[in-house]
Amino acid sequence: MFDRRLLQCFDWGLLALTLCIGTAGLVVLYSAVSASAVEPDLTLFRKQLIWYGVGFGAMIFCFLFDYKQFERLANFIYLASVGSLMAVLYFGKYVSGARRWLSMGPFTLQPSEMAKVAVIIVLARYFAKLINTDGLTLRDLMVPAFLTTVPFVLIVRQPDLGTAMVIALIAGAMTLFAKIERRALSWLIATFAMLVPLVWFFLRGYQKQRILTFLNPDRDPLGAGYHIIQSKIAIGSGMLSGKGFLKGTQNALSFLPEQHTDFIFSVLAEEWGLMGSLLVVILFLIVIAWGLSIAGRCRDPFGTMLSVGVTAMIAWQVLINIGMVMGLMPVVGVTLPFVSYGGSSIITMMIGIGLLMNVSMRRFKFE
Amino acid sequence: MTNYLDNVDSDWFSKRLSAALTLVIAAFVVLIARLLFLQVIEGGELRRLSEINSIRLRSVDAPRGLIYDIHDRLMADNRPSYDLSITVKDAHPLDQTIEKLSRYTGIDEAQFWESLEKAKGTRAYKPVLLKPDIGRDALAAIEVNRWDLPGILVNVSSRRDYIFSPSSAHLLGYMGEISVEELKNKIYSDCKSGDFIGKYGIERVREDWLRGKRGGQQVEVNATGQVVRVLSTVGATPGYNIVLSIDQSLQLTAEQLLSDQAGAAVAVDPSNGQVLAMASSPSFDQNAFISGMSHDAWNALISDPLHPLENKAIQAEYPPASTYKIIVAAAGLEEGVIDENTSHFCPGFLKFGNRTYRCWKKWGHGEVDVLKALGESCDVYFYKVGLELGVERLAWYASAFGLGEPTGVDLDNEDGGLVPTAQWKKKRVGVSWQKGETLSVAIGQGFNLATPLQMAMVAAAVGNGGVRYRPMIVRTIRTADGQTMYESVPEIAGRLPISAKNLWLVREGLFKAVNDRHGTAWQSRLEGMGMSGKTGTAQVVGRRDDDANGENEWGSIKDHAWFVAYAPRENPRIAVAVIVEHGEHGSSAAAPVAAEMIRFYLSGGQPKGDGPLAVAPASSAEGD
Repeated sequence: MFDRRLLQCFDWGLLALTLCIGTAGLVVLYSAVSASAVEPDLTLFRKQLIWYGVGFGAMIFCFLFDYKQFERLANFIYLASVGSLMAVLYFGKYVSGARRWLSMGPFTLQPSEMAKVAVIIVLARYFAKLINTDGLTLRDLMVPAFLTTVPFVLIVRQPDLGTAMVIALIAGAMTLFAKIERRALSWLIATFAMLVPLVWFFLRGYQKQRILTFLNPDRDPLGAGYHIIQSKIAIGSGMLSGKGFLKGTQNALSFLPEQHTDFIFSVLAEEWGLMGSLLVVILFLIVIAWGLSIAGRCRDPFGTMLSVGVTAMIAWQVLINIGMVMGLMPVVGVTLPFVSYGGSSIITMMIGIGLLMNVSMRRFKFE
Repeated sequence: MTNYLDNVDSDWFSKRLSAALTLVIAAFVVLIARLLFLQVIEGGELRRLSEINSIRLRSVDAPRGLIYDIHDRLMADNRPSYDLSITVKDAHPLDQTIEKLSRYTGIDEAQFWESLEKAKGTRAYKPVLLKPDIGRDALAAIEVNRWDLPGILVNVSSRRDYIFSPSSAHLLGYMGEISVEELKNKIYSDCKSGDFIGKYGIERVREDWLRGKRGGQQVEVNATGQVVRVLSTVGATPGYNIVLSIDQSLQLTAEQLLSDQAGAAVAVDPSNGQVLAMASSPSFDQNAFISGMSHDAWNALISDPLHPLENKAIQAEYPPASTYKIIVAAAGLEEGVIDENTSHFCPGFLKFGNRTYRCWKKWGHGEVDVLKALGESCDVYFYKVGLELGVERLAWYASAFGLGEPTGVDLDNEDGGLVPTAQWKKKRVGVSWQKGETLSVAIGQGFNLATPLQMAMVAAAVGNGGVRYRPMIVRTIRTADGQTMYESVPEIAGRLPISAKNLWLVREGLFKAVNDRHGTAWQSRLEGMGMSGKTGTAQVVGRRDDDANGENEWGSIKDHAWFVAYAPRENPRIAVAVIVEHGEHGSSAAAPVAAEMIRFYLSGGQPKGDGPLAVAPASSAEGD
């Protein structure tokens, strides 16, 4: 029997926030795909609308069932996700030097995007059992470290450093939230400090290039450095009120790289100015605060950790993406949630929202 | 019910939440501060930068690798080409600018409008190519009137210049604009549309080495699109230079000898398989491809009945005719069907079944042993040897001599020829093998097909004592500053399955063919150079098999003339195969070509009739 309280507790606020950001994203995407050509090519825009439709379906699917089902199925979801990551390495579509996409008939899926959700679910299940005021010991951390490393390595191999990094950061945020024992924490910090130079050796040429370019944009004024310079010009030239819808010259003249995916925030800031970009940034901040409050109101450790994980995913991607286009961070391929073009990205984010809604609307069960 | 907060003091939990929120807010404060900095504090300056749009990216093309012959003589060079472009956005008013441009350069306005029409849909700020490769005069006129021509750009790009064109055209190949399909190919991933890539010959096969790495420049332009200053440059890396094993003087000699005829001439070094010359006639002008060929010119090239674009040395297949007798003789000796004492009587024909198979010499050769058979090319002798061997054994030896499959030379679209077997015929033609066909095969006719390069390699292997090398054209690959990246080493493709004694007998026969008064190539002998060889006369397809070497049924279609040779007799330094299409007789049409090539090469490049001929020491060949 359908519980009436489910409807009463439905999180209309979160839905409204998502719709606001999504609409803003579509407006900017329209500009990004149409302004640069004489005849606007709206194929990408129409595709994005379809992705939103699919995303809404996925969102609804994710809050229809009690999220406890996800806890039960956590291992299965995780294994399926790791399986698809392996498949992509062998059968993946090769696009500009990387294998990230799996062809499913006319659609291509990016399993690394879905892997984020799988890792969140499996870690939430694990941490929910162990959470306590003393914090987790080093031994407690072995399992989550392993669970994160497997997809991380598989995604780095594609190579897709941006997504791999986001997964590691989500796992880190969830772990820190669950609290690490003081002694374990100091050990970890020491180890990390030693590992950083090691990681450098495993980075690919272009990845090192990007980090060096970030540290010194003049190093490569024609490649990544050029992109950062042009992106900064685009954002800054928006000034207070922006150049107006479809009026962004940096956008129109194709000075921005990948203006419809990773650099879409530059288009937003150029055409809508500080008012537009600040509005979107604050909307994101509200969504994140909202996610944390859902975590806070939940009376079940799995629900809490799930909400924290999803919120961390949104927060990291927003911070990294916007930080990158403003020249605060090296250029890495991380999308701006709900705004950047891309089916896998949109669907993953909508799944995340669905999970948050799920936890939010079932909080009464523990009251 | 799981009620974990009963065990945890809720203060602890809400502290963690507010700490998380504080961290997030702190991070967002940084983002917002950065946003304020860019849009408010730096906003005015960045808006100005975006409005003048003054920073542009310009790619710097890499010079393509050069191609040299074996003596470091430049064969393919690069020359500057001045390409005229226009940035429509900067060229206001467009009509006047085009009109003035036409007046200054003397180039028809219509041409410019045509280019602009074609480029419709490109963005106004992007330069459109108006006319590539305008001459120096037009360039000077533009430079002088630069102030009067807003939005007009002249880019210097580099274009291929084939110094000896049309010589070596098939070998070096040519370049052309990259096609849409090719752009999708991974090997051209660093190319963009409009780029020129190798389309044929060495240019295509060695594209990866010849193409350098593009560089770029970040430039600031003024309101009319002229470059004000170069902000930074990433240099282009030039492509690698290639040294071929081709001897350009020998190549030119061969081409001259073949001029006015259709055919091919290949010369290889029997001691390592390096190709010294590869001429295919008629040839074509490679430079015409570079400066943009008209439709008519292209159609004329591809509809020419003499197929000038075809590299006849590797892409045309001919019946090897009597040159194939080298293989039949070796096979017969090795299989014990004949030995040095075996002799057959040639009355001028052989009756087989209810047909008569004729020898080319109507009144017959009389008693013939293997040396005489090779020297005088007696058909009856080889009919008999072929019959005893059978088609399968003939085919096995033909394959062992490298026929029936591409030699693997480093050029594109090489054909493999054909070694017929009974099984092959049943499968492809659908009819069983007729015994009479073995007779045709034994004298190199029938279904037999070989390329001139394959036959040159047969001559080389026989001449050098039985080693089959893979023919090679690229000798060294060097960086632009002279560092060697690749050095070819002789590659052995196989060894002839013929004993030293039997091979010696075959070589004696070939020596006789040239140096015996009755030899078929006696007319072309070279005093003191010890040329050995074999003539051949290939029936032109379309004539009946049973009429081997008979009269022409159609007077207009003459036979193809073959000659394969090597010299000197021991440790040869050059092996040659020549085919002259419709040249009629190997002895009269092909042998003189081969002989002159050999004479030219062994004398170290001396023109004909220059004092007494002598075998030149090896070193003199290096000196020219």
